[in-house]
Amino acid sequence: MLAALVVGGLLKPVMALAAWNKEAFAAKSPGDALNSLGASSTEPSKGIVIDAPQIAENGAVVPIEISSSIPNTTAIAVVIEKNPFPLAARFDFKDGALPFVKLNAKMGETSDVRVVATAGGKHYVATREIKVTIGGCGG
Amino acid sequence: MRATLAGGNTDVRVLMTHPMETAQQTKGAPYFIQNITVKVNGKPVIEGEISQAISRNPVFSFRLKGGAKGDKIEVSWLDNKGETNKTETAVA
Repeated sequence: MLAALVVGGLLKPVMALAAWNKEAFAAKSPGDALNSLGASSTEPSKGIVIDAPQIAENGAVVPIEISSSIPNTTAIAVVIEKNPFPLAARFDFKDGALPFVKLNAKMGETSDVRVVATAGGKHYVATREIKVTIGGCGG
Repeated sequence: MRATLAGGNTDVRVLMTHPMETAQQTKGAPYFIQNITVKVNGKPVIEGEISQAISRNPVFSFRLKGGAKGDKIEVSWLDNKGETNKTETAVA
């Protein structure tokens, strides 16, 4: 029956088993988001570099570039502390990728942006404040 | 999408056409990409999970170790309505 529906075009095959941490993304505080990612304990590190404007005129598009020089970094999470749902993104870097990402994020208001890098089973953190002139979550 | 050799590594820049609407914008359910996969010659190297806080028409830059001209880079994504899309290019 299912096969017939697929063949008939009534059901669209959906990419199976793509992982998306609903609990972490639904968290309303940075602490809850990091707990849901299993990263409740973090150690400050200068090996994480966050490159972003000090003042973002437009909160709808805030460019944030992140890299980690901590050896064996396997994941990076981006937490915008004052957003309604603070966890903005997380990335797993496998063999063949460098722990680097540049993205554009929405920020509702001036906020600290906390980046957590995972390396060798430990979690490291760096924080940077970005001031926002016009918030970019609604409208 | 653009993939270029730089300093011994491969820089990948990809644009995804998607409204990325927050719950505040739709006054209901948000509509956004949730998963991103970057593959090199068919092998996954980056898996991303993203939220409605990523800007409309997302642009991402990634950096891959090494690389050679002609390597095939594929970036695919899946949104919260189950729609998928992908783009491919060869390293220049």
